[in-house]
This record gives sequence, structure tokens and C-alpha cells, in this order.
Amino acid sequence: MPPKLQEILDDLAMFPDRSDRIEALIGLSREYVHPSEAEVPRTEKARVPGCESEVFMALDGNHFRFAVDNPQGVSAMALAVILNQGLEGRVAEVPDELVYEVFGRELSMGKSMGLTNMVRMVRDAAKAT
Amino acid sequence: METMSEIAERGYSVPEVLVSTVWVQQNLENPDVRIVESNEDPLLYSMAHIPSAVEIDWTRDLNDPLTRDYLDRDRFESLMSRCGISNDTIVVFYGDKNNWWATYAAWVFHLFGHTNIRIMDGGRKKWTDEGRPTTTERASPESSTYKAPIRDDKEFRAFRDQVLKHVAEKGKMIDVRSPAEYSGERTHMPEYPNEGALRGGHIPGAKSVPWAKAVAEDGTFKDAAQLKELYETGAGLDASDDVIVYCRIGERSSHTWFALRYLLGYPNVRNYDGSWTEWGNLVGAPIEK
Repeated sequence: MPPKLQEILDDLAMFPDRSDRIEALIGLSREYVHPSEAEVPRTEKARVPGCESEVFMALDGNHFRFAVDNPQGVSAMALAVILNQGLEGRVAEVPDELVYEVFGRELSMGKSMGLTNMVRMVRDAAKAT
Repeated sequence: METMSEIAERGYSVPEVLVSTVWVQQNLENPDVRIVESNEDPLLYSMAHIPSAVEIDWTRDLNDPLTRDYLDRDRFESLMSRCGISNDTIVVFYGDKNNWWATYAAWVFHLFGHTNIRIMDGGRKKWTDEGRPTTTERASPESSTYKAPIRDDKEFRAFRDQVLKHVAEKGKMIDVRSPAEYSGERTHMPEYPNEGALRGGHIPGAKSVPWAKAVAEDGTFKDAAQLKELYETGAGLDASDDVIVYCRIGERSSHTWFALRYLLGYPNVRNYDGSWTEWGNLVGAPIEK
């Protein structure tokens, strides 16, 4: 696991209680800054598949930047912040399990697929750099 | 700002089942009413919710943890007690995704005979867009006493053998998934397995009407004439039909079940919650692409 990402996971692990964990994730989601179309183009190539929240990704320097176009896509925003802060473009060793480590297993199938596809987009982009 | 009289003018069969955000705000303190938020996103309720609203979470509260099934009578009674819901309480559901999860929770309530429900038109998004009051304080209503009957699935729920029979009899079915899911195109990421089902396509004879077509831009339900255009002119349904609706696990199709059952007044609509995650993996089950 990349060190910065592990650091974020370690911080979240300090909140084993579900409601405390939710508050911590909401805190992370509040750090999300919505990028303009110039910063993250809303193209089909950039779209995260299977994500109901209309999420797009671009490489911003050496960091991954996500645009979550649904104001109610709070979980996607939290994960966008985690992936932006925890990873750099050359890092590809991020497992699908990250979604469950962050959010727990009590996710709907659609939600877990969408969030997992954000992780997969990052991994594929990292492999390509 | 939508009012109850505007809902009443839309021509629905059971208009009172849909309530406006105005009505909900006027009934926040009504002891006969319990407001329930049900979302797909697990962070939303804690972030902000309607004052006095309790949360019912689909994964934790409505599913059996070991069997692919819904909660049993004992757990339903406990859930109702925790939520401060009595047998005669009017339960008003709302949530994210244009009430997709709210209608799912309402459908599960029907399996226990609690049909005294309302859906807040436009859901969570409409409430917040209108700048109505919210709180982060988790509601903790006084526990209630609730006596539920043994869960009775037959009126509202369809199982795979019933669907196989329905297919053989050329019964009416609506597939509410996206067109790409219906056609069997790959919707998953290249180089990754197709999550949830081995095969892509749809149940033979099912018509495609994606669930979200039933709602307008602002997330409120379309009027009865528009819904009839969609389901009757477009998909060949008639109110006298025995209809089965399905999606991937039965959550999106609950939204369509609600629209057909209450807004158009179809008496015989069942939700096949096994849906594509069962049918797409079922040995011997035919599919169409």
C-alpha cells in the first residue's frame, strides 16, 4: 500500500465505530474541491464506468483528480479526496479492497461497483504512465 | 413550490400516497407521522437530514445477514420499535436517487402489511434544493410497540419459478435497468469481470423502461398521462395485466413498482428482487439480447 494512502487508512482505523467512521468520511468529503471542466474534462474517456454519481477523472500533475458531478455523491467525494491525497500517478498498487477498507462492507452492489471503478481507473491510469 | 393540490391534479389513481415537501414540513411534529430517510449513499443521513427523520439502511436494517432474503417478523418488529413506528403510523419515506431507495424500503414494508406509507415527491434533493431545514442530530424517537404479521410475499414479490412460468405464459414484464444492461452490452470496465452476472441481456419478453424515465428533471414523478404514455403506449401495459418488474437486485424496480401500483393503480404488480443477479446466473434460464 502506498505510504500516504496507508497513513489515511491508519487515521480512519482509529474510528472502528460506524457512526464515528461516517463522521470522519464526511470530514474528508468536505475537503473535496469541485474541478471545472477545464481541469477535469467531462469526456467519455474520462468517465468512471458504473458510477451513478457521474464521476470523471484526470491526471493533474502527478495526482489524480476527480470531478463528482452529483452534489449528493458524498461517498464518491470522500474517495476522490483519499485517492487524490494518498496516491501519485506512478503508484499502481492500490487494491479493489480499498473501498471496503474505507467504507466497510455494508454498501449496495451499485455503490461498491461505482466506487471500486474509481480505484480501477486510478490503477489503470497509473499503469499507463 | 409543489403543493398537495398540484399532486392531486396529476391524475394519479392514489394521489394521497405522494406528499409534497411542503406537506412534510407542515407535519414534522405530527405524532401520527414518522419520517424515514433511506439512501444508497451511507454518508448522506449523517451529513444532514430532515429534522425528526429516522434512518433505515437497506443493507443493515432490511436484509437478512445470512440468507438472501429480507428481515423476518421479529426483526421487523424490533426495527419498527426502534424507529418509533406503531401499526397505525403514517410512514413517509424519502431519500437519494429520486427516491429509489425510499420506494425500496416502502416495498419491504408492504411485505409486512404496512401499507400506510407515503413517498415525499422529489426526495432528498428537492428538500435540500428548496433550502428546507435539516439537522445532523440523529433522531431517537421513543420506542413503540409494533405487532407485525408473518411476512407475506405473495402479493408484491415474485420468485424465479413464478418468473419462469410468467415467461412461458408470455406475461408482461418490465426491465427497468439501463438500455446497455438490457441489451447485454458490456457495462463493466474492460479487463475486469462482469460483476453480478455471468451473462448479459434480459428476461425473454421483458420490455425496457429505465426506472428514471418515470421522474421529471426535478426528481418529482411525472403525471399520470406521461406515465401512461411511458408504460402503456410505450411498453404495451394495461392496468388489468399481471406485471413483473425487475432490475439487478430489485431496488430500482421498486421505484417502478410504486409508480405502477399507486400512481397508475395497477392492482397486480410484483417485484422480482432476485432480478438479473439471479436470472443472469441461473442454470437453464433463457435470456434474450
